[in-house]
Amino acid sequence: MNIIEFLLAGTLAAALPLLLAALGEMVVERTGLLNLGLEGMMAVGAAIGFICVYESGSHLAGFAAAASAGMLLSLVFAGLVLSVKANQVVTGLAISILGLGLSALFGKSYESQTISGLPKLPLPVLSDIPVLGPTLFTQDVVVWLSILGALAMWYVLNRTKTGLVVTAIGENSEAARAIGYPVTQIRCAAVAFGGAMCGLAGAYASTVYTPLWAEGMIAGRGWIAVALVVFGTWQTGRIAFGAVLFGLLSLGELTAQAAGVGLPSQLLSSLPYIATIVMLVVISKRSTSPI
Amino acid sequence: MNVQLIRRDTASRTAMVAAPVLALVLTCLTSLILFALLGKPAGAALHALLIKPFSNWYSFSEVLLKTAPLMLIAQGLAIGFRANVFNIGAEGQFIVGAICASAFPVFFPDGAFPLMLPAMILAGAFGGMAYGCIAAGLRTRFGASEILVTLMLSLIAVQILNYLLLGPWKDPRGFNFPQTVMFPDNAMLPLLFEGSRTNISLIFALIASVLAHLMMQHHFSGYQLRTSGLAPRAALYAGFNGRKMIWISLALGGLAAGIAGASEVAGPLGQLQRSVSSGYGYAAIIVAYMGGLRPIGIIVSSFLISVVYIGGDSATVTAGLPVAAVEVFQGFLLAFYLLTFTLIRYRIAFTPSQLRDAP
Repeated sequence: MNIIEFLLAGTLAAALPLLLAALGEMVVERTGLLNLGLEGMMAVGAAIGFICVYESGSHLAGFAAAASAGMLLSLVFAGLVLSVKANQVVTGLAISILGLGLSALFGKSYESQTISGLPKLPLPVLSDIPVLGPTLFTQDVVVWLSILGALAMWYVLNRTKTGLVVTAIGENSEAARAIGYPVTQIRCAAVAFGGAMCGLAGAYASTVYTPLWAEGMIAGRGWIAVALVVFGTWQTGRIAFGAVLFGLLSLGELTAQAAGVGLPSQLLSSLPYIATIVMLVVISKRSTSPI
Repeated sequence: MNVQLIRRDTASRTAMVAAPVLALVLTCLTSLILFALLGKPAGAALHALLIKPFSNWYSFSEVLLKTAPLMLIAQGLAIGFRANVFNIGAEGQFIVGAICASAFPVFFPDGAFPLMLPAMILAGAFGGMAYGCIAAGLRTRFGASEILVTLMLSLIAVQILNYLLLGPWKDPRGFNFPQTVMFPDNAMLPLLFEGSRTNISLIFALIASVLAHLMMQHHFSGYQLRTSGLAPRAALYAGFNGRKMIWISLALGGLAAGIAGASEVAGPLGQLQRSVSSGYGYAAIIVAYMGGLRPIGIIVSSFLISVVYIGGDSATVTAGLPVAAVEVFQGFLLAFYLLTFTLIRYRIAFTPSQLRDAP
């Protein structure tokens, strides 16, 4: 397998945890909130998902448990921010710290255990294309489902009334409240959705992408997802594009080292963050950002 | 009946003390239950976390050692937080401060540089300040959120650190470990007490606390900062320069974190390592809030969080807890504090439900 084939085969899987977490956070931020707890919620999802798959052997159960765990942690955020009006930046950091700690605590006795991942499903017809077929079009079922899910999210947010209400709350919550929308409840639902998505993202990382448990295995992907939401300017399509780009970069670090490219791999690792700062500067001028 | 939160005109003094105490009690209870559920000796764990650090002089001196950076960083951050400028990148400013300070002993490993230590502390202070000012510049010039920019800059700082330690600054005789040479004696901070590692960075932190108190309570700029945070519109009408508030907040936050970073490499570490920060930048945010963003409160809260750090180390030995138990404890502590903090800012009012239609 040469480098091109390696990148074609691996990019989508590398992008997936980023994509799921960022899409969840996109909905949260579209309602005008900012939850910086992604890293913690992903870590808890990864730990719970792994433990559940290890004990039950069922990936479905693992993903369900991980989504619930992520949601539960996000509801702590929702409770503090929405009901007692705690500062959301600090609350988000508390969620991150708590989540990282809890994941390590829960996963302690599973350290370095492995499980089997998911089989690759080739897409019919497309997988017959030479080079692209066995690489890009042969992915596990979660990748295919996530692509469908992202399309569904795009549809709901851009073509339905639900999407309009979410956007309206983010742009002017007082006006939305005055019209009679249950702003707090909808924000709470958005936060819970974001938490569940982070749980799924974590579970994918620990049970499919690298099916093993190691403390700290989320390794900053939650923060990259925070960056990704900004990089994708709160749009489903752009976030998906950014996820693939950031996923490619993370694989690029490995291949650049293997290929002996002179570029320090730390520069590649920093690119998502640098790109996000550039993006912040560009979009803030136009001030369309919800935060 | 309808429950409402009504903002207090002035912060309740009783609540300011009661909130962190209540948060600590709730955290202890929750941790006890959680550790017990996980089959760990809960009582022993809590004993190790909160009592052990006081059991002998050496542990206590280690608590003081860790208190210094936490207090120093938190004093800087609290100034910004009170002006509603959210610098959450103290971690990055700390790392950059540590890197800048390390440049001197790395290039003069034999110590042949006059005024080594003052140069290191100054370089750390300027480095941290400059790194914080990047966010201030982007915020005032382009309106880029300082929350996200400081967060991104922190993540970039980690990569810069990794690059230096794996590449040009790696100790050639260090068995390939990602760390610099050990610093010469004249690059080390003087110790405060014999037989401990506590150094004069604790004095730096206490001086910073006094300065922060004087500035926030007795200087016009402190008044401007507080007003910008409490009543942004009033500050605008009064003609206070909002941009200046952002620059001051991020510059001072970065400065304090930079000095803390310099003190860490010139203190307990004696070299630049990958784990130079061990999360001080984030923990200091907890410290700042637990201290009610007040300089005196932060002196107390930095000590408390430091106790938990040192206690966590002994809990790994005596109660078989993973190191992460400290994070769990800190996370709960901050979450519960944010909950009880409501008591300071709001009073709970019970109103009859017919009146609830008002928005």
